[in-house]
Amino acid sequence: MSLQRKDLLGIQDLSVEEIALILDSAESFKEVSGRDIKKVPTLRGKTVVNLFFEPSTRTRTSFELAAKRLSADVINFAVSASSVSKGETLLDTARNIEAMQADFIVLRHPMAGAPNILAKLLRASVVNAGDGGHEHPTQALLDLYTLREKKREFKGLRLAIVGDIAHSRVARSNIYAFTKMGAEVRVVGPPTMMPLEVERLGVRVFYDLDEGLRGVDVIMMLRLQVERQGPGMILFPSIREYARLYCLTPARLALAAPDALVMHPGPINRGVEIAPEVADSRSSVILDQVTNGVAVRMAVLYLLSGGQ
Amino acid sequence: MFHGRFFYAHESRLMNANNAERTVMDAQEISRALTRIAHEISERSRGAAQVALVGIRSGGVHLARRLAARLTEIEGTAVPVGTLDITLYRDDLNARKEQPVLRKTEIPFDITDRTIILVDDVLFTGRTIRAAMDGLMDFGRPAEIQLAVLVDRGHRQLPIKATYVGKNLPTALEETIDVCLEENGETDRVVILA
Repeated sequence: MSLQRKDLLGIQDLSVEEIALILDSAESFKEVSGRDIKKVPTLRGKTVVNLFFEPSTRTRTSFELAAKRLSADVINFAVSASSVSKGETLLDTARNIEAMQADFIVLRHPMAGAPNILAKLLRASVVNAGDGGHEHPTQALLDLYTLREKKREFKGLRLAIVGDIAHSRVARSNIYAFTKMGAEVRVVGPPTMMPLEVERLGVRVFYDLDEGLRGVDVIMMLRLQVERQGPGMILFPSIREYARLYCLTPARLALAAPDALVMHPGPINRGVEIAPEVADSRSSVILDQVTNGVAVRMAVLYLLSGGQ
Repeated sequence: MFHGRFFYAHESRLMNANNAERTVMDAQEISRALTRIAHEISERSRGAAQVALVGIRSGGVHLARRLAARLTEIEGTAVPVGTLDITLYRDDLNARKEQPVLRKTEIPFDITDRTIILVDDVLFTGRTIRAAMDGLMDFGRPAEIQLAVLVDRGHRQLPIKATYVGKNLPTALEETIDVCLEENGETDRVVILA
């Protein structure tokens, strides 16, 4: 089977078979990344444009490496340096990029649905690298990959996602991803960070971290997005209080299953949502996630290039 | 059945399922051919100490293992075997509607300064072998690359020649060659589908 689509916009509309295909293909690309010569000629002559309207180092670098290891040419468009600050619309920016014969546009945008609009209007393949509070599909795919590598099976796996669920596209994509693959998903956080009716996505809600962690096989900590706090939005009284209630400490980690794994999409805030001892512990697979991210993004670019 | 463009030999059986078949090699002939090739490898490389086999997915994998077993028997020392998936090195990725499924490459030894013998079931256009050589070079710098195939059916589109051939089999372009092996749950035989 093959990925019969031009774009990767979200996990929500992917089938279990498509997800499995991406993960299987990523295994071969991980092997490529382990070689002395970390490059294959597969996308030679193709152009990948990273169009980022929000700051990001990790995701952009990961996509850049993925494209380069497939021998594609990569161009990075950062918002502050681009003509967007001169009043150009998203679509005009994208059309200009496409006019330069780009084959892939990797888009990060603060507005949910921005990649969907571009995907409809452009010939190039669009890969969603995070759109507002909507989805971050390649993050969920690399999380799935990392877990499959460590735990083999998704069925019956208990996953707790902890933090600001309401503002997190990582949480949303992972809820879709892990429930689709048959895992049991819990979301844990203060009520101010819990989206309304989140249960309808098939998850169990916990407001108490200790209770939410009991017996889980995987803990996914989300970064406390302090930038979401502002005069109009107060989600928690202080970082100190948040850390006291929702920081993953060694004592709390001990409540989970003995072989539980700790994940984090990065960047981590030591001492806020995750204690340094936990982030550096043997349970942590945070750096494996980063390694696997390149392989998964190579797989996505490779598979989408067939659907163009 | 021929699609107007070349196709890689290992895809041929998928394209041609229901036609009349004629057996051109039986189990014993396959076995003798492999034994002869093993002896030729041993003779040519003076003891096979620096030899390693790399089977090309998917048709060459089992044949490479069988050859390695025979070589080990002849030489008394184990001969390393690897597996190479050439998908990422194909020259028709842009022309295809959908991407071929990737399989794993596993070369658990350093190929640098070794004599690497690529193994495939059918040598046809030569494009698979071109891709395999490019792929192999990304793993190191072998002292030499040789090619062993069970069947050479002609119709080369690239200047590539096998070092060891089980059987030369002149074919028409529209015929397909099917190599059936025990490892895949079939009786060992090579059939030609017209």
